[in-house]
Amino acid sequence: MGALPFRFFFAVTLLLTCALGFQSDELLLDDDEFGIEGGRSFDSDSHHQPPATATTSRKRFSDSASASDSKIQFPLQHAFGDSDFSDAGNFSARLKTWSHGGQTLTKLRFKRDPLTDVEQKNFQELLRGDDFYRIRLPSNVLSPPGREYIISSVKARCLPGDGLEEHFVIHMEGVNVLAVNYGAPGACPYPRQLKLPAKWSFKSYTVLKNSEQAPRTPIFAEDVLGGEEGDGEAVKPIEKSFWAKYWMYLIPLGLIVMNAVTQAMNMPDEQPGGQPGAQTQQQPGAAVQRGPSSGGVRRR
Amino acid sequence: MAMAIRVFLTLLLFLISTHLTSSLYEDQVGLMDWHQQYIGKVKHALFHTQKTGRKRVLVSTEENVVASLDLRHGEIFWRHVLGTNDVVDGLDIALGKYVITLSSDGSILRAWNLPDGQMVWESSLQGSKASKSILYIPKNLKADKDDLILVFGKGCLHAVSSIDGEVLWRQDFAGESIEVGHIIQSTDEIYVAGFIGSSEFYVYGLNAKNGELLKKDHTTLPCDTFGELLTISSDKFVVLDNMRSKILTIKIKNGKISYNQKPISDLIKDSSGQAVIVPSRLPELFALQINSHVLLIKVTNEGDLVLVDKINNVAACSDALSISEGQHAFAFAQHEDSKIFLFVKDVSDWNGDLLKESIIIDQQRGNIDKIFINNYLRTDRSYGFRALMVMEDHSLLLVQQGEIVWSREDGLASVVDVTTSELPVEKEGVSVAKVEQNLFEWLKGHVLKLKGTLMIASPEDVVAIQALRLRSSEKSKMTRDHNGFRKLLIVLTRAGKVFALHTGDGRVVWSILLHTLRKTEVCVHPVGLNIYQWQVPHHHALDENPSILVVGRCGPSLATPAVLSFIDAYAGKELNSLSLAHTVAQVIPLPYTDSTEQRLHLIIDINQHAYLYPRTPEAIDILQREFSNVYWYSVEADNGVIRGHALKSNCIHIVDEYCFDFRDLWSIVFPSESEKIIATVTRKSNEVVHTQAKVMTDYDVMYKYVSKNVLFVANAAPKARGEIGAATPEEAWLVIYIIDTVTGRILHRMTHHGCQGPVHAVFSENWVVYHYFNLRAHRYEMSVVEVYDQSRADNKDVWKFVLGKHNLTSPISSYYRPEVTTKSQSYFFTHSVKAIEVTSTAKGITSKQLLIGTIGDQVLALDKRFLDPRRTLNPSQAEKEEGIIPLTDSLPIISQTYITHSLKVEGLRGIVTVPAKLESTSLVFAYGVDLFFTQIAPSRTYDSLTEDFSYALLLLTIVALVAAIFVTWVLSERKDLQEKWR
Repeated sequence: MGALPFRFFFAVTLLLTCALGFQSDELLLDDDEFGIEGGRSFDSDSHHQPPATATTSRKRFSDSASASDSKIQFPLQHAFGDSDFSDAGNFSARLKTWSHGGQTLTKLRFKRDPLTDVEQKNFQELLRGDDFYRIRLPSNVLSPPGREYIISSVKARCLPGDGLEEHFVIHMEGVNVLAVNYGAPGACPYPRQLKLPAKWSFKSYTVLKNSEQAPRTPIFAEDVLGGEEGDGEAVKPIEKSFWAKYWMYLIPLGLIVMNAVTQAMNMPDEQPGGQPGAQTQQQPGAAVQRGPSSGGVRRR
Repeated sequence: MAMAIRVFLTLLLFLISTHLTSSLYEDQVGLMDWHQQYIGKVKHALFHTQKTGRKRVLVSTEENVVASLDLRHGEIFWRHVLGTNDVVDGLDIALGKYVITLSSDGSILRAWNLPDGQMVWESSLQGSKASKSILYIPKNLKADKDDLILVFGKGCLHAVSSIDGEVLWRQDFAGESIEVGHIIQSTDEIYVAGFIGSSEFYVYGLNAKNGELLKKDHTTLPCDTFGELLTISSDKFVVLDNMRSKILTIKIKNGKISYNQKPISDLIKDSSGQAVIVPSRLPELFALQINSHVLLIKVTNEGDLVLVDKINNVAACSDALSISEGQHAFAFAQHEDSKIFLFVKDVSDWNGDLLKESIIIDQQRGNIDKIFINNYLRTDRSYGFRALMVMEDHSLLLVQQGEIVWSREDGLASVVDVTTSELPVEKEGVSVAKVEQNLFEWLKGHVLKLKGTLMIASPEDVVAIQALRLRSSEKSKMTRDHNGFRKLLIVLTRAGKVFALHTGDGRVVWSILLHTLRKTEVCVHPVGLNIYQWQVPHHHALDENPSILVVGRCGPSLATPAVLSFIDAYAGKELNSLSLAHTVAQVIPLPYTDSTEQRLHLIIDINQHAYLYPRTPEAIDILQREFSNVYWYSVEADNGVIRGHALKSNCIHIVDEYCFDFRDLWSIVFPSESEKIIATVTRKSNEVVHTQAKVMTDYDVMYKYVSKNVLFVANAAPKARGEIGAATPEEAWLVIYIIDTVTGRILHRMTHHGCQGPVHAVFSENWVVYHYFNLRAHRYEMSVVEVYDQSRADNKDVWKFVLGKHNLTSPISSYYRPEVTTKSQSYFFTHSVKAIEVTSTAKGITSKQLLIGTIGDQVLALDKRFLDPRRTLNPSQAEKEEGIIPLTDSLPIISQTYITHSLKVEGLRGIVTVPAKLESTSLVFAYGVDLFFTQIAPSRTYDSLTEDFSYALLLLTIVALVAAIFVTWVLSERKDLQEKWR
């Protein structure tokens, strides 16, 4: 976590430096950076001062966007088991209106109300019963609750770590909340053990997510022709080298040549050895003579 | 020795080359596959009386099929399947050689050549408003020497030339707000009659030559009318008043209207009950149905009504058939237990019967729905009659001389759902010899096969071999085989009939018309919804027969009560049936079975209750144990909401042990202004994944995300929901989601800009493949998304495995924060798609093929490797070795990989794959109007010899080899000896 503040300030400085420049690039950048690192739990709220100045500075310089930049808030509500929902905290964010009319949220921050004694008691009940802790968000942040509330829930036993730890991934489409992935930031092994948290405060991590673009279909002009002809296996056989193609002929040929060469080399050897009219002499002698000579060839 | 080796090698090469083929040879067609052609439930039937057509009957059906059937055998001469939206409204014959069909709400008129079914002409008729459509072919009405066809459709009357389909004139009635019901012809004038509202009766007279409006008359009837107007003769009509107590007779003379009315109670004393006019066209007569009686009432020339006869228990009446000048016959059928009495009577002479027959009909066919009659000249020159009957189960029968000449199971053209069942285990004591006839036959067969392999077979032998292969008794046996190729396909049809088909040859093993899905007073329009495997006995419960569950509903609306039927899969008998008090919105087969291997099912109704079946205390016990682990989801497509649910407690308001309340755990609300749900797909619950990890070319390991609780959702922009081309690329987009259905987490979300539906998708293992239209590229595309689990990605070190420090054996919970990465890629695909499915094998080892039902009603097998997101333009050597195909922008369509080879599965609606026991093979069943079944082996049959492997040849080879060894040995000995003697 040590690198986090550093990266944060780096982003801020980057933001300040290019605040004068290109509008759209800058926003995407800060959206990504803050989105992934998200809001802090309320005890580290002081870190959020710099981004606020960043936006004011932008307000000063970029006139088209500044008028449409507004701050909004929407509530988080929670329920214990099947109880009714009650307020649990507030999300605040900047609403960015784009020149083409689209609206997006940036710089999401989350402040959770501390749990009351009754809520703590309820939460302990949930932990004992291995029941669900449920939260809900409005589906439209401009006119809450929108069409319907977005509900999400988690087994309460997943949340206690050191304190209570939670992780929000809010899927947005413009100003609409599609879904919220809610749960523990890490693992929640099954079977879930009963474990009471050391302190009754939430440590929250929040991430905003927008839809990504699908990768484009690759288009190759030369393959289009092949595709239209309908022969899908248009993978041409790679031109093999001469050796690769004809090795099976070359090797025997080489052997024959070698054989012929050695035989040719043997001829002169054998001629002097077998010259003195030995043919008419007795067979064993010839056999003896033949043996070493062929051996000689082999040895060579 | 060398010679022996050479002989062996040649033979081996020969053997290998014969078995390495992937596509099919001509003579292999029909060995493992079967194809059945159907037409659907017959709506209209026409008998052609002229010479050449006498042996045929023309039909149009509810599956939008126009067909010509052989009257002798019931085979299809020709058949045309019109599109799903092209409903046939009228069928007739013009000029004695053309079949005329009117379809698509009276906007498309086509002429087909009677002998061969070629289309002669087609004309599209324009109109402005929806209306009833009428096809009327007048006799001898000519305009400029053309024989006219009169068509009323979309609020216009068209006169069409029967020679070339040209529209000669048209008269628009759209402005008159008249509901035209009838077209009447009188010499040179045409009258169009109809109602405005339900009591204003209008008649228009038109000139047949040019469509000029000649006269117009109207009258206001003294009361509102009920139901359709029925023609009695060319100028008389009858209709009921809205109290259904009076009969109105309307007469038109020279364009002037006059009417009479008569209470039904004047005709019959006991006239309580709802009267309905039977829509059978009889000259000077009409039939009125009250309760179970049918009154035949004659309309005299003065417009008086006279009761002719009263018949009880009439099931169906035919139209009148003109048998000779002035003589008309008409048929009706009566039910009595398992017998059907068929009567044919002369319309003018009511006393005698022209024909009276009793026919015994299988109870499983239900009641008679429709009846069409046809006459023929007997050998003794008297008239004989044959009747074509459409039954309750949509089957078609031809009855002649008191016997069923042929029958067609056309209910199978409308398959709703499919499941499979294993066949019984072979009992001991049934010897092989009994099945294989005898040893001599067996030997003869193998010798024939051997001849075929050695290519020394004569043409007669080839025919014999082919016949032998096709009727190999092995594949149609009624017992389980060790390869798992023989199964029962159990299909539910729209008529509410369940059929069991044998996978070997496609024959119907048993069929049952479910009484829960038959029309009753309580259950007026029952529909069959789904079919599930209820009890699949294995291990300890093997002595029980497997059974299946059929879930239905008493009507098309969700609010109608549910019905359940349990059927024995071997005997085809209904074991039990339940008419439930609650509704059915969703059926969830749970992954738990009780001690008799009955699967637990939850039925969710529309009032937020879940009901457990089977209703036994044992099932409750099992569910209580797993109570907190049952999750499911529901999709509200109209509303754009997906919800997740879990069980909460027993029902509070209903006193029922088996009823549970549930709660919503999560919800995803799609913004209605930008997204509409158009497709949702999940993984098959019985799918097996063999390898959880995938080794990349750089020896890196990727773990597949193989959770079963994933849902693929495709959403389209609201404007782009319609037809392709209705929206511009700027206002069309497609958003796809992969959602965990336990926690409601969105694992992946991606937008395709400029794309629109229809989306067809299939989800398997860790990947989803979907098909859609790209408006910018003007082409169809297929995309693949593969999901990999990053949380297990650290398990790469061998030492971790050795020391057991990996987390692979720890249970995985959905409440882990998912760390997934996805890879995706899109490819162009030429065809539009009707259905998409993936092969499934027993252990999931074999590579997968996508089965794509193309627009041409064929099934194409496409290797999954073509849809690999890792394909690159120039794969490295290592990647090539792994089997990565170089990247292309479009997917290949290789004509040899059509698993339907030359056949078409007309009206293809769905593809079902079932694993065989043999790992390499998957069974594929495609259904639509036709049925098709085959076995496919995506990686070839690497684990078995092919069925036609010649053991005799192998034996012969071995014998030859041994002989060759001896011969060469003797030869070499001899040579050695000679050498030594030299």
